[in-house]
Amino acid sequence: MSIHKTAAACVNGREHGLSLLRQMLLIRRFEEKSAEIYSAGKIRGFLHLYIGEEAIAVGAMQALSAGDAVVATYREHGQALARGVPAGRIMAEMYGKANGCSRGRGGSMHLFDAERRFFGGYAIVAGGLPIAVGLALADKLQGRLTVTACFFGEGAVAEGEFHESLNLAALWRLPLLFLCENNLYAMGTALARSESQTDIHLKAQSYNIAAEAVDGMDVLAVESAAQRAAAQVRRGDGPYFLELRTYRYRAHSMSDPELYRSKEEVAQWRGRDPLALFEAYLRGRNMLDDADMKTLEADAANDVEWAVAEAERGGWEPVADLERDVYGSVAA
Amino acid sequence: MAKMTYREAVRDAMREAMRADPRVFLMGEDVGKYGGAFAVSHGLLEEFGPTRIRDTPLSESTFVGAGIGAALGGMRPIVEVMTINFSLLALDQIVNNAATLRHMSGGQFGVPLLVRMATGGGRQLAAQHSHSLEGWYAHIPGIKVVTPATVADARGLLLAALKQADPVMMFEHATLYPLEGESEDGTIMEIGRAALRRRGKDVSLIAYGGALGKTERAAAQLAQLGIDAEVIDLRSLRPLDTEMILASVTRTHRAVIVEEAWKTGGFAAEVCARIMEGAFDALDAPVARVCGAEVPMPYAQALEQAALPQPESIVKAVQGLF
Ligand SMILES: Cc1ncc(C[n+]2csc(CCOP(=O)(O)OP(=O)(O)O)c2C)c(N)n1
Repeated sequence: MSIHKTAAACVNGREHGLSLLRQMLLIRRFEEKSAEIYSAGKIRGFLHLYIGEEAIAVGAMQALSAGDAVVATYREHGQALARGVPAGRIMAEMYGKANGCSRGRGGSMHLFDAERRFFGGYAIVAGGLPIAVGLALADKLQGRLTVTACFFGEGAVAEGEFHESLNLAALWRLPLLFLCENNLYAMGTALARSESQTDIHLKAQSYNIAAEAVDGMDVLAVESAAQRAAAQVRRGDGPYFLELRTYRYRAHSMSDPELYRSKEEVAQWRGRDPLALFEAYLRGRNMLDDADMKTLEADAANDVEWAVAEAERGGWEPVADLERDVYGSVAA
Repeated sequence: MAKMTYREAVRDAMREAMRADPRVFLMGEDVGKYGGAFAVSHGLLEEFGPTRIRDTPLSESTFVGAGIGAALGGMRPIVEVMTINFSLLALDQIVNNAATLRHMSGGQFGVPLLVRMATGGGRQLAAQHSHSLEGWYAHIPGIKVVTPATVADARGLLLAALKQADPVMMFEHATLYPLEGESEDGTIMEIGRAALRRRGKDVSLIAYGGALGKTERAAAQLAQLGIDAEVIDLRSLRPLDTEMILASVTRTHRAVIVEEAWKTGGFAAEVCARIMEGAFDALDAPVARVCGAEVPMPYAQALEQAALPQPESIVKAVQGLF
């Protein structure tokens, strides 16, 4: 598999560099805490961690502005955090509390935030792609110069909706940014065991969509590719497709014994940890020292502690409200 | 009041909605250049252009999903799925996304989407083109299901559907398109109200969509036999007008439900259960059902007709209650 070599991306100033690292660190620590709380039984249901893939959500989100839309999957804590959904509201949602970002109706897999145009986590593989096509269509019909960013795993590539959505987005030249998080496994099925063509961006190109493969462990590479892609989408030149090559360090979900991959393989990918890589990059340019790192770690720990406190503090939705929000009132 | 066909009523309602609201647009397979598989959208491309009358590829799941996304994005899409048979390819989007989004998002996002399609058998199209699965959709909280059986309702329910904050599925029985009738102007109907099509005191016949006409013919034959049948047209399967059903059965003490779908697990079973729950003491006879035969729809005319409810089978079922 080849990754298109473009000039190595550079960080846009120290402050920005620290901000990227801070966001990735928040996701990492948030996810570690979620796993811990899951083991304690306060988070239930399915829990899919984003550890190892942080550079993608953080890098890609740099290219979006407030008016843009985000569609994600069940593995979406990272995207929600990077989009600015408050950590406390996400944690509260996983607790099933009324102050959760979906009022305790969604849980880990279904985070929503209308204010931030975060259109949710979708738990049917590939099910979010057609929704993203429609959001982009609505933008185009209303003459809005916005981007709909649609995240999905490489497992979605095998579904019909993937192909239908790419075709329709290209055919109608919709302002849609496809972000395929290729972490090489769909649950236990390795990409090469499910696809005859494993270079996913080539599939996008066959639909006449501008597409490239990007090192998803390099936050700067993701950021610059996303900026380039979003700029083209915003110009009205139709969709853009990024295949972001990454790896999930943890199990698929909390109930996965990981029989399908070797410890050596995981260790090898841990050698390219997106946080460690970027930390080294910043240190190498004298943008980060031990004291900065300590501060960043303390900030992340603090944010996560706050999030947990907010979740603990939240109340439960009364069972009397069970059937609310099934239908709205008649609209004008 | 204007005389027109059911097909024209659907078209007129869409035209009226698109003239009144720039957010409304139509998309689906062959709705534009072809004029609609049932000629429902004939002429709309000429009036509104390809931006608002959008031909889609054969991608049911994705263009229904795109309708959901466009509704989330502030539009009022009408998605035409050629027939209910092909809607099976879009079930995931309808059931997992359209129906759930409001609740799953804690009330933050609604999906004001109208999905229309032809339904039903009776045209010798055999087992893959004759389904009556609207009862399946009525099973699902979060969506509304309307089944207009008259010209006036085709128009009225479509316009009402576009006023909803939630997804509505409209099922147009394919044999109804040439039906002529009066279309009322200006009335916005309420979704969830059944219609009393015929007053009677001896038995309540409950039907919807394509089964209504046959049920009315059965009522006329029953009158000749001295049985005065009441006919209720459900019009909406979800929400269901349980009140009207129970009031009628409480007056007549007998009920027969007529539905083209298979009997096992069909919508008639739901109506039957509501009567048991709410009017058991009023019944003088068991509730009866006249439904489709339990067989994939056969092609040959005599076999197909035998598989569908007919005025004669309805009459026979009613006679069995006395
Ligand atoms: C349509 C569908 N089939 C199966 C599943 C069960 N399932 C959940 S996640 C998953 C793997 C998806 O892998 P991928 O798209 O690569 O995303 P990742 O979990 O790696 O982020 C499967 C098979 C599902 N949720 N939806």
